[in-house]
This record gives sequence, C-alpha cells and structure tokens, in this order.
Amino acid sequence: MASVGGVLLALAFFVAAASAITAVVWRHDDARVILARRGVYTVFGLLLVCVVLIEVAMATNDFHLNIVAEHSSRETPMFYKLAAMWSSQEGSLLLWAFVLSVAASLALYTTRHKLREIVPWATGVMMAIGAFFIGLMLFAPGVNPFHTIQTPQDGIGLNPLLQHPSMMIHPPMLYSGYVAWTVPFAFAIGALITRRVDSEWIRATRRFALIAWTFLGFGLLLGARWSYSELGWGGYWAWDPVENAALMPWLLGTAFLHSIMVQEKRNMLKVWNATLIVATFSMCLLGTFLVRSGVLQSIHAFGDDTVGPYLLAVIGIVVIGSTCLIVSRLDALRSDQKRIDSLFSRESVFLINNLLLVGMVVVIAWGTFFPLISELFTGTKSSLAAPWFDNYTTPLAIVLVLFTGIGPLLAWRRVTWASARKVFRIPIAVGVLTLIVLWVFTDAAHKPWALALFTFAAFAIAGIVQEFYNGAHARQKTSGGSFAGALAAVTARNRRRYGGYIVHIGIAVLLIGIAASSSFQTNENVSMKPGETRVVDGREFTYKRPYVKVDSEKYTIGAIVEVKEDGNYLTTLETSRRFFRPTGAAATGGLADYFSGEATSEVGLKTSWNHDIWTTVAPNVQQVQHQLTVAEKGLKTCIEAGPGTPQQCKQLSALMRAAAAEPRLQPQALEQIENLQLLSAERIARGYVNEAGAATFKVIINPLVLWMWIGGIIGLIGALIAVWPARSRRKGAMVRTEADALKEAKYREIRDAELDHASGKLSDEDYALLDAELRKEAVEILDAVGVGAGTAAEPRVGRAGLPSDYVDSDDGGNGNGHVNGEGATATVENGNGSNGHANGNGHAKSNGANGASDRD
Amino acid sequence: MSDVVDPSRKRKIRLGVALTVAVFLGVALVYVSFSASDQTKEPSQILTATPGQKFEMNAKVIPKSVHHEGETLKFEVEDRDGGGAMPVSYQGVVPDPFRGGREIVLTGAVENGTFVGEPESLITKCPSKFTTDATETAGTGNGSSSSNG
Repeated sequence: MASVGGVLLALAFFVAAASAITAVVWRHDDARVILARRGVYTVFGLLLVCVVLIEVAMATNDFHLNIVAEHSSRETPMFYKLAAMWSSQEGSLLLWAFVLSVAASLALYTTRHKLREIVPWATGVMMAIGAFFIGLMLFAPGVNPFHTIQTPQDGIGLNPLLQHPSMMIHPPMLYSGYVAWTVPFAFAIGALITRRVDSEWIRATRRFALIAWTFLGFGLLLGARWSYSELGWGGYWAWDPVENAALMPWLLGTAFLHSIMVQEKRNMLKVWNATLIVATFSMCLLGTFLVRSGVLQSIHAFGDDTVGPYLLAVIGIVVIGSTCLIVSRLDALRSDQKRIDSLFSRESVFLINNLLLVGMVVVIAWGTFFPLISELFTGTKSSLAAPWFDNYTTPLAIVLVLFTGIGPLLAWRRVTWASARKVFRIPIAVGVLTLIVLWVFTDAAHKPWALALFTFAAFAIAGIVQEFYNGAHARQKTSGGSFAGALAAVTARNRRRYGGYIVHIGIAVLLIGIAASSSFQTNENVSMKPGETRVVDGREFTYKRPYVKVDSEKYTIGAIVEVKEDGNYLTTLETSRRFFRPTGAAATGGLADYFSGEATSEVGLKTSWNHDIWTTVAPNVQQVQHQLTVAEKGLKTCIEAGPGTPQQCKQLSALMRAAAAEPRLQPQALEQIENLQLLSAERIARGYVNEAGAATFKVIINPLVLWMWIGGIIGLIGALIAVWPARSRRKGAMVRTEADALKEAKYREIRDAELDHASGKLSDEDYALLDAELRKEAVEILDAVGVGAGTAAEPRVGRAGLPSDYVDSDDGGNGNGHVNGEGATATVENGNGSNGHANGNGHAKSNGANGASDRD
Repeated sequence: MSDVVDPSRKRKIRLGVALTVAVFLGVALVYVSFSASDQTKEPSQILTATPGQKFEMNAKVIPKSVHHEGETLKFEVEDRDGGGAMPVSYQGVVPDPFRGGREIVLTGAVENGTFVGEPESLITKCPSKFTTDATETAGTGNGSSSSNG
C-alpha cells in the first residue's frame, strides 16, 4: 500500500507540474489547454486514491505506515481513526493538496467555456501551488504520508484532546476554507497577467470565494464550540496566533466579498479587489505556515518546523510576485474606473466596512506578530495578551456592526435625505428603543461597549427585517399570493442579496452572544466537599456526590452537582476529569500509568436561551495516585509470588512463568494481570468515593452564549442560500462574451435600482434620475460593443415595468436584454439568453420578467 | 474666483487626510502595543533578571518535577533547548494537557529564586499526538484548564 501510495503521489506531482507548464506555455493552443484541464482532473483522481489509501490504512491498523502508528492505535474508535489523518503534519498537507485538486477541478469545469485568456494562467497558478504542496510531501523531510517504519505492535493513538466529534469536521472545514481561496486568487492573477481586469473573473469565481468564506467561518465557529464545550477552560476564543491566522483571511475575505460587488456594479475598486484577494490568499498560506511552523508561541503546537521555511518561501513569492503584477497593471486597473458619486451611498458604506475590516486585520496581525516585531526592533521578544486584542478590535467591530446595518438600507450611487429618512426611521427607532430598555432595565449601562453593540445590532437586524418585508410586499403587490409565499419567492429569486442579508442577521446575533458572554460573564473557582453548597451569581451549587469509573484505558473521576436558583431546582450537572494511560513507548503497563498520560475535562453544561451554566471539576487525586502506586507494588509482589502471598498470586506467577516459555499462554496471563489491576483500581476508586475530600470546581455563568452558536448557524444558512446556484445556472454554463458581461452589469444595476425604488430606498425623484442615467449608460455600452444603435435619443425614464418582476433580479442576469430607446416608457428586458440589442429609439423596456438570469 | 474645488485637488486633500489619519493610528498602535506588552523570556534569561519584573515565560516542564504543596502546584522548568532550570510555583487552573515534558507559557515574576505564576495564566501547548518522551504525573492540581484548541 505504501509503495502504491508513494508512486501515486509522485505521479500527482508530475501531472500537476506538467499541467501548470502546459497550460501556461501552450496557452494559445486550445487542445493543450484542455489537456492541462484534464491533467487537473487527473491530479484530483490520484490524490483521492492517496487519501483513500491512508484512510484504509488507518481503519485497518496498518502500523507500518508512520502516520498510522503515530496518530492511531488499535483502541482508537473507528470514527477517530478516520479523522486521524489530518491530525498529522503529513496528513494535513495531503488534505491541503487534495482539497485544492477538488476546488481546481470544479473551477476549471465551470469555466470550461469562459475566460479563454485567463483560464490557462489560472490553471498554471493552481497547479503550481498544488505541485508545491505535493512536492513538500515528497521532498521535505518527515512529511511523506506513505513513509514506512518497522511495524510496531500498536500505534501511539490519537490524543484524547482531539477525540471530539469536531475533529472530523473542524480541520477539514478550515483547510477547505484556506484552500478554496486559491481559486479566486489564481483567476485574479490570470486576469492581471492578461489585463482582463473587468469583472468577469470575479463573476466566474465569486461562488468559490463565498464557499471559501463559508468554510473558513464555519470552521472557526466549530473550533470555538469545541474549545468551549470540550477543553475545560470555559472560553471560545483566546487570540492565539493559530486562531488569529484563520480569522484574518476570513475578515479579509469578508471585505473582498463586499468590495467585488462594488466592482461588479460600479466598475470601481479594481486595484483594491486585486490587492484584497492577494492579501486573503497570502493570509491563508500564512495561517498554514503558523500552524505548521511553530515560529510563534501557540498552544496549537501541531507541527514540526520541517515545512516552515518552504511555506515562508512560497508566501514571499506570492506576496512579492503579486504586488509587482498589480503595480505593473495599474494602468489597466484604473482605466474606465468610476468614482463614488456620493458619500451617502451603498458603495461608500461598503468601502468604509472594507476599511474597518482591513483595520481589524492590521490590528490582529500586529498583535499576532508582535513577538517577532519587538524582537526585531528591541532585541527582546514581547507579547500581547488577549485584553490588548479585545481593546482594539472591539470598537472596530462595533462600528462595523453599525455600518452593516446602514449598508443594506442605502441604494447604489446616491441617496437623498428624504428617502433615507424613510428607510432609516424604523431601524433607528428599534435601535433607540433597545438602548433605552437595556439602559433602564439591565446592567448593560455599566458596559458601554456591549450596550453600543446591542443597540447597533438591533438597528442592523431591524433594517434587514424591513428589507425582507419591503421586498416581499413589493413582490406580493405584483404577483399576488400570500405574504409568506412572496417572501420565499423574493428570497429564492435573489439569493445572493437576501442570503447575504441572512448572513448579516447571523453575524449580528453572533456578536450579541459574544458581547453578552464576554461582558457579563461570572467566572469563579469554588472548593467543595461532597454535600457542601456554594453560591455563584445567585445560584446555589451543591456537590452532591463524587463518582469514579475505571477501565483499562482511563480513570475517570467525576462529580454530580445540583444547581438551584431561589431555592428552586434548576439542573443537575455531571462533570469529570479523565486520566488516560499512555500508549506506545511511554506506557509501562502499571497501575500508576493512569496518571502518567493525558488528562481531559468533561464539561458539565446546562444551556438555555438566556445563559449557560458551565462547570468543570479538578479532583484532588493525590491520595488516589499514592494508593495506585502502592497497589502496583503489591501487584508486583503478588506476581513474584513471594512467601506469604495468597494462592491466587501463586497461580498467576505459575501462569507467568509458563507464558514465558509458551507464547500462546501470554494473552491469558496478560488478561489475568489486567483483571487484577482493574480490581485494584476499582477498590481504590470505591475508597475515593467513600472518603472524597474537597474538589475544586470552575463555575461559569455565560449569558446569551447560545445565541453565538445560533447566529453562526443563521449565518451558515444565509451563506448556503447565497451560494446556491440559480436554476438557469444549474442547467449549464453559458458561453459569455465581454459584451454580455458589460450588458449584464448594467442591467443588473437597472434592476437593482428598480428594487431599491420599490422597497422605498429610492424616492421617485431619485429613481427617475438614476434610472435615466443607467439607461443612458446601457445604450452607450450597447453602442460601444456594436450590438445596436441606441444613441439616437435620450432614453426616457422607465416606469413601465415597475414593479414588474424586478424582484427577480438582484445581481443576476447573464442574459439578454435589449435597450431600445424609442418611446416614453423605457424598459429593459432581462431574459436568460446572452444576446441583446438596442434599437436606439430612446425606448428602453424593462420587464426583468423571468428572472431567469443567474441571480447568484 | 470659482468656489468649486478642482476634483483632483479634492482627491489629493482626501488622500492627505486619510494618510495622516492612518499614520496617526499606526503610531498609536505601535505606542500602545509596546507599552502593554509583556517581555517573553526563557528561564535562563529570567534567572538573571531583576526580581519582581514581570515576564511571559516560555519554557518546558522538566519531567518528574511536578508535585503539589497544598493548593500550590510546584514544578521545574527549563529552556526549550535545555538548560536554565528554574523552580516554578503556581496556583490556579491547570490546563488539561499540562504534564512533564510539555511546553508552557506562564506569566509571572521571580520571587526568591522561584518563578511565581499569575493565577489563570498557565497555558500548555496542545500537542497533536501523544509523545513518548515523557511519562510524568499530569497536572492534577486544582482548577481545570486554561487551554483551548
């Protein structure tokens, strides 16, 4: 298996490198470009087999593979055997390369009829990165997943701390998030090289960007949940370098997802977007580097530093190369670039949000790398603790929430005060009401940052709810039916917009959970003997009884705690600490081993909508340890069957001697010893239960923390809605030209303006002005691309189709449409084709009717 | 004279203001980070430091040195590459992964030749796999954990 895997890995490296070279060198030759694309599919197939081979080896305890021997064991449950691959350095690299091959294959498949000039370069970039990671496994010391060793009897096993259901999904999610950013990065590089810096590369890859963002965000959330529920310290975020390394690309990715909308709709921020995607991808590499290099002190000491220098080198190449490329293409990036019409517009708010997000990343990056920076400038390594990060990211996050609420309420281009008053009225009222209620009826006034966040979050949520209501109301007016049906239809037909709004609600709810749980948390360590009661935050905690469970693998010492509030029973919590016997060379097989291995805490947790009651126990085990050591000595004496030992010992001793001469008796002898050990351990356990002394409990009352997880799930649902392809897209990709792209962008703007008008964001006057501008620009585009001759007359302001099916549009529209500028009513047809025409009679007709455009 | 400001001049003014604000914020960030940071040292460096000076210590727990004296956890640490052995005293939560041979981060100061850690500040690196280099009594002291994943 190992040799087959090694050959497949080498083959994958060769095919990846060959595909990269072929795609770039013979980029003008369609047949070779197709060959390169098929090479990418081949790499995917080869790496898939490699992954399957490793998983089979894990499942079948093939310990002659080093990766299996060091991260699995016979006792490791099958679920964790399958997850053990990515707990290792070499398995993580294989996962990186495999996920990249999946993402690259999907990206090249979906763009097989598009972006003819860009695709070869994107193929080259993706496969060069793929070849790098596969090459690391082949050529860097100690990270080949198919490296073999002399087969041991058993493996070391997976660290008990990692034996949590999240292990199956948290690392793959994070890695998928990191890796999927490669796709938009690669296409951005291709667009820069070929000077095709319009929005086509963005449209082709934005779904990958959204998927990457979703994976990374969900991976972060899972990590936080894992930390909170399993690791026994009571928190979900510690500003650890490795955590920060995942957060930074997520924040930059958030900025990118917003700013590309500005480029798509307004042809702005091209330099900014190119820079953002390079920064995001670089941060992904940096995250991998931090996790795997150990260059910064982190509690996540997952890797040796064998791959660190290579990763650093590739980060340098990416950053320097991309920067040079962007600078060399500034002329193309800045050509035809529009400027912001008004500071009071959606694009302005997006820009401000971008600056806030980038500001947060700068602060986090500075704090994360401060040990290296301080050492560089002062010769002394210094570090910044979690409160420093809190102090400087909290205000930025609060302002970000405010602008998250403002953005959806504003139309593109410009908004007058009159229409602004109309759409801001209710959200501001909700925000102010929230402020007053919290100020008067709660302790929130003592925590101004939290109070500000609650207020702004309420404002943001109210604004988005209003957006949904207005959209559904407009839809209902035109199409009839129930309000719920209209709401579902408007969401389904404008997935990107309304999915994004749902994400905003999720983030606002998540931040409410974070603000409440971090600002109003009660955290106490209390010492109790069985039967004793302590009061924490007004609740009575009674240590009802201890318990002990023993098996051959671990010694579990736990506590049952009853919680009352105002004398009324609230809940019973069970918490324990598990002491694992070490495996592998560290194991002696003795009773004292129980306290020589890893220890993990099992959290006692009661979750409710308004607070969590969280507790862990740290039992005093010194007496147990001492008794186990004594028992081990006694057992040794028994086995030696000295004078005066019981008959049972003499029999065992005889069996041991016989087993030494006859190997087939060894299992029987070992089983008897194990039984005796368990009997001794259980006797000591009963003694502990009967005479348990004081144990220390960590008790945390965490307000509203449940909403953090609910917010995350809401955000995930929103992201899935936004990423889900529209019906027309699912039917198959279409061949699109640059002219189509330009038309689509303009039609999308027109439809957005219609939707904004219908939902009250644009007054009649604003809409009339804006619509006329947009239609004029649409005619100019059609003239420029030679589709029609719509220059004859100034198109009139369109009212006709309104409110037609504008709600179908949002950002989609790959389609056809024609602008004809003849009459008094101007309409634009939006179908799902790719052609369009203008007849130039000053009549632009819009019905957006089918909304069968891509809308994603 | 026209009241309308030349657009390019307006842009330059905006850029100037933005850059000034960015520089100001950058300087503030540098200042507050240097003033709020704790020096990170290894035991051999801390041994020679002024008593009472606060550090963030990065060290490795010496195997078989961990024991309790009442509520206090006592152990010895050394530099990650060996050398610079130093006794440590700590009260508070003990991370689950804490044991001999593990790398830790602890904030505190030297008192009478012993590094006294601040409560709740002990962090133990989270290993991805079992190691075979240490068979040591785990941190079984009071409290639970201050590590995260």
